[in-house]
Amino acid sequence: MAHFPKPAAGSWTQNWPELGTAPVNYEDSINPEHFKVEQQAIFKKTWLNVGRVERLPKKGSYFTREMPSAGPGTSVIIVKDKQEVVRAFYNMCRHRGNKLVWNDYPGEEVSGTCRQFTCKYHAWRYSLEGDLTFVQQEGEFFDLDKGDYGLVPVRCEVWEGFIFINFDNGAAPLTEYLGDFAKGLEGYPFHEMTEHYSYRSEINANWKLFIDAFVEFYHAPILHMKQAEKEEAEKLAKFGFEALAYDIKGIHSMVSSWGGMSPPKDLSMVKPIERILHSGLFGPWDRPDIEGIQPDELPPAINPGRHKSWGTDSFEFFPNFTLLFWAPGWYLTYHYWPTAVDKHIFEADLYFVPPKNLRERLSQELAAVTFKEYAFQDANTLEATQTQIGTRVVTDFPLCDQEILLRHLHKTAWDYVNAYKNNDNGSTNGKHDAKASQDEAEKDAAHV
Amino acid sequence: MSKLPEEFADLERFSDWCLPTEEERYSKRLNSTMAEMQELYDAGMARLEDIMVYVDARVPLKGMPKDAKALVHLGQSIVMVSFPVEVWKQPRVLDSGASYIQLIKEPVV
Repeated sequence: MAHFPKPAAGSWTQNWPELGTAPVNYEDSINPEHFKVEQQAIFKKTWLNVGRVERLPKKGSYFTREMPSAGPGTSVIIVKDKQEVVRAFYNMCRHRGNKLVWNDYPGEEVSGTCRQFTCKYHAWRYSLEGDLTFVQQEGEFFDLDKGDYGLVPVRCEVWEGFIFINFDNGAAPLTEYLGDFAKGLEGYPFHEMTEHYSYRSEINANWKLFIDAFVEFYHAPILHMKQAEKEEAEKLAKFGFEALAYDIKGIHSMVSSWGGMSPPKDLSMVKPIERILHSGLFGPWDRPDIEGIQPDELPPAINPGRHKSWGTDSFEFFPNFTLLFWAPGWYLTYHYWPTAVDKHIFEADLYFVPPKNLRERLSQELAAVTFKEYAFQDANTLEATQTQIGTRVVTDFPLCDQEILLRHLHKTAWDYVNAYKNNDNGSTNGKHDAKASQDEAEKDAAHV
Repeated sequence: MSKLPEEFADLERFSDWCLPTEEERYSKRLNSTMAEMQELYDAGMARLEDIMVYVDARVPLKGMPKDAKALVHLGQSIVMVSFPVEVWKQPRVLDSGASYIQLIKEPVV
């Protein structure tokens, strides 16, 4: 029995008929050759979020990002230049290709502040704008014009404080790529939420499997059953999970969910520590004192139905950036960076309004600790799934209506791969987006 | 010499849990018995409200006296042991054998 209304088409999935309702084939998550194409077709063609502007507080602030998802060794420097413009460059000296910025271990990411970048090898120097400014024993070179040897730039654009890069110089601008969901999120007070917890894990599963796990909450009452009080857990399992709404706009998607735990209707529903600290999985129950997070102040994309029992919205920006908002006024991000068909690096970042006292600090601490406990369970399940689908004993899997976004993710990834193959490895990004936006326009016309 | 303010002398026996980083607290959790964590939980939960009242009379969190800071770290450890005690009945997250998630950045008090 549906507790929340579904679209007139009869189900969320049938509302987007191109997704189909047949079992889904998971060859895309186990075939090493397919993964190599995904790297080229997706991770070298789409906008990838590499962090927030708070990591670059002043002129000359920089950090490096290792980007193996775009190919082994790929490394990028992100820097705030003298005009306070955020720029990105390949992390490579133009002289003989030494990695430019690193400490101790060339494979590890670093951050800091500097006036210029100096290569460790022969002291070639580059300005924050990427220009080659000094060559050791310049007179020994042959017809060397420093103007020809600046750092190789990487497309870099910022949306609402989130820094994105794109390895495709022909890609459409970021805001066009992020589309209507992003437009509908503008104005959320991201900049107030600077209390930052960051997690990292190496996961022995395909990158899409972890996104699968986070774009459906069908699993939540079962996998995480033990984390709720017994009576409440049984009730939740009996009800199962139904989202308030799903939405798809081109290559991106979102799920809007209810959540009665912040604060709970009845204190007996929650664990003793939650009762004392007024916090739990959904975060601190008491909203921080800032503008922009009250139910009627939220930007239009969040809780689009303005549902009273709304608890959390999760936006999935293709390919690997999840932006998840919690009703009590905090957010988190996930990133999934594939390194092989059956391996990826998972990053999670929690952002709260800085606490004013210990009561607020411990309520955030409990939310952060709770997050990690849940993520552990989610992560371990993935390896168990990867090993089994890898056997190909079963190749196609039935997905229910609450798993609609999995269909969309795998289809979108396939669309990129197919477009790449069909275009003989050319730049397809802009075309794909145009097609996706057109589909979306038709969809909106049909359902508004 | 005691780490905690004298008002919390009853918790002094848990002062090896006064650990500033999550990595240290998580590691101590994994290397503790359930009996040890149950003891901290029982004593700590009864005083958690008092801990918050005491510290919040001495905010901001940055730059507070050393003994109050130790008390904050103890409070964070009480949160840390709450999951093994209230939920898992074991130090590790259930069914998490192969996975490891590392906290790489946190606001340390």
